[in-house]
Amino acid sequence: MQLEAYAVILSAVLFGLGALGFVFKRNIITIFMSIELMLNAVNLSFVAFSRIRALLEGQVFVFFVIVVAAAEAAVGMAIILQVARNRHSLNIERIDLLKL
Amino acid sequence: MGVLDNAWIIPALPLAGAAINGLLGRRFAQKTVTAVAIGSTTLAFLATLTLFAEFVNLSRFAPDKIPVIHSYFPWIVAGNFRVDFALQIDQLTIIMLFVVTGVGWLIHIYSIGYMAHEGGYYRFFSFLNLFMFFMLILVLGASYALLFVGWEGVGLCSYLLIGFFFLKKSAADAGKKAFVVNRVGDFGFLIGLFLMFRTFGTLDIQTVLARAAEMPVETAGIGTLTAISLFLFIGAAGKSAQLPLYVWLPDAMEGPTPVSALIHAATMVTAGVYMVARSSTLYVHAPLAMKVVAIVGCLTAFFAATIGLVQTDIKRVLAYSTVSQLGYMFLACGVGAFSAGIFHLMTHAFFKALLFLAAGSVIHAMGGEQDMRNMGGLHGSIRATFLCMLAATLAIAGAPGFSGFFSKDEILWQSVHSPYGHWALWLFAVLTAMLTAFYMFRLIFLTFFGAPRYDEHHVHVHESPRTMLIPLMVLAALSIGGGWMAAPALFHRTNYFEKFLKPVFVNAEEVSAKLAPGASPSLEYPLMFVAIAGAVIGFFVAWWLYLRKPEAADELAGKLATPHSVLVHKYYVDELYDAAIVHPIQWISTNVLWKGVDAAGIDGAVNGIASIARDLGQDARQVQSGNGRTYASWLVAGAAAVIILFLWLGP
Repeated sequence: MQLEAYAVILSAVLFGLGALGFVFKRNIITIFMSIELMLNAVNLSFVAFSRIRALLEGQVFVFFVIVVAAAEAAVGMAIILQVARNRHSLNIERIDLLKL
Repeated sequence: MGVLDNAWIIPALPLAGAAINGLLGRRFAQKTVTAVAIGSTTLAFLATLTLFAEFVNLSRFAPDKIPVIHSYFPWIVAGNFRVDFALQIDQLTIIMLFVVTGVGWLIHIYSIGYMAHEGGYYRFFSFLNLFMFFMLILVLGASYALLFVGWEGVGLCSYLLIGFFFLKKSAADAGKKAFVVNRVGDFGFLIGLFLMFRTFGTLDIQTVLARAAEMPVETAGIGTLTAISLFLFIGAAGKSAQLPLYVWLPDAMEGPTPVSALIHAATMVTAGVYMVARSSTLYVHAPLAMKVVAIVGCLTAFFAATIGLVQTDIKRVLAYSTVSQLGYMFLACGVGAFSAGIFHLMTHAFFKALLFLAAGSVIHAMGGEQDMRNMGGLHGSIRATFLCMLAATLAIAGAPGFSGFFSKDEILWQSVHSPYGHWALWLFAVLTAMLTAFYMFRLIFLTFFGAPRYDEHHVHVHESPRTMLIPLMVLAALSIGGGWMAAPALFHRTNYFEKFLKPVFVNAEEVSAKLAPGASPSLEYPLMFVAIAGAVIGFFVAWWLYLRKPEAADELAGKLATPHSVLVHKYYVDELYDAAIVHPIQWISTNVLWKGVDAAGIDGAVNGIASIARDLGQDARQVQSGNGRTYASWLVAGAAAVIILFLWLGP
């Protein structure tokens, strides 16, 4: 099997782990890290497919994803910081004000 | 540029008065309101006088220019339908203008005294002026559409003024009754207008009449002209309180007395007669409609007079008398004697307005008492009122020399002499004349003679102020002398009133001249003496029952208990209408329209849709748990579903 195939499989495994962490973890920081993990898994598959098909667009996309992820991380961390300050907790189960 | 070319000024003056008083009157002093109301009507009357002078000039030098029609602006233009705001002036209009502005002016003056201590002074005069405006539009309008505007407008003002004391339930109810009953008549009127437009393509009065004059007389069956005439007559019967739509007029007496005098005696209720006379050409081309008008008028005259015999409220006696006299006018129109009808309209305006105003003066003197059983012996304490009322009573009873005599005699004679006449019509008319004399003198004797039946310690009988007495005296003079222009007709000379009106009815007379006349002229004097004798009998019966032997009246009522109670209950017509129309409509409204259609149908549909939306929302709301992990799960599940879908669909 080629190196690229391993990379795609790894990417899928990482994405799956990220998705599981996203759904099942309770700590917001962990959830946030899971999201980052999924983004980077996607980056890995982008790079792998770029190499398989010998096209540059995949790699260009990766840079976009990294930039957006950085921006999202900044905003996300700021929100988490405020939540932690106001509610003295990082447990997502307790942050459920978004209902009636 | 005289008033003749600017006739709009006549209705515009009362309209301005109504607007000023209606919009600003609340802040005005009573004197200012009076000045505006009386000023505008005085100017309108002066304008009418000027107009008459110009009209006389015109009819002398250029009679072919009559009727004078001026179109001021197009009002409705839609396709080939066009109605201009156009006013027409001919002899009939002149008569009506004098009645409306002249009698209206006197009644305005009277109202200053009568309404001085009532609330809503400015409101009263504003409505009264507005009424004058609409009535003038009605008589001046050169098209049936404009006439209809005035027609509805006077109905509105009548409603407003009947319900003037709107805190009193009976007054508010009477206003509603008048309005609703008039709707029935107006419905017929409107259908007549639609039919007229369909037939002639226009509503312009002169054009319609000119085209109708060229059509053949519909001697057999119901043709278009008959249908139009009959539908118009339904409207006239509503407005002029004829059988079977007269029921609103007696109740209309809830309004202030000057209103009863102006609207429900002198002017508005005669609008129907005016309209029929105005459409005379239509009617003579529809003999069946003529017959209906004559019979309805004659029966109404008799029927209302019988009810008037036993009424005890002074104003109600006069109300039934008005219905009865309007019946005479329709009888005249129905037998083709249109100018006699208009003549009686005019004299009736004088003496009936006077009767109402004098009755108002009596009520004023008695401190609000209207029941004649609680009056009596007033002739000494309010002498001026008594004398005026006596003059009017003699006029309405047809005492020779008084105005009512000439007009009523003319109608009686025409009802048998005219080609449309019949002995039965004459007989009923004479019986009515006898009843009229009876109930009018009954009123006089009960009110002014005999022993006082009121509590002399509580009621301070006092004569009315001068503003009320002067109009009474002017009207008394008119009631006595207002008919003399027809007096030469008694000696087979010129009837100046008829001569004046002749050009208006020339088309109608052309048709009736071709028919054989009824009774021979040699009978005129004998029939006249029969009528006078009838009135004298009425007078003596009233004298006997109410003055000579006051207890005899009650004895007679006891002996004739059944007919008496039928009369007291006004033939149970109100009860009949209640049972046949009002209650079924209320039942349908309550049980079908309200509870069925509105509550169950419309509300049910609206509320049903709302509750479906709410229930759906209630269920869908559960999805929004507010828990971040639930949302995350949905997100992942959605993403997984999309991937599976793509895999399943294949590349």
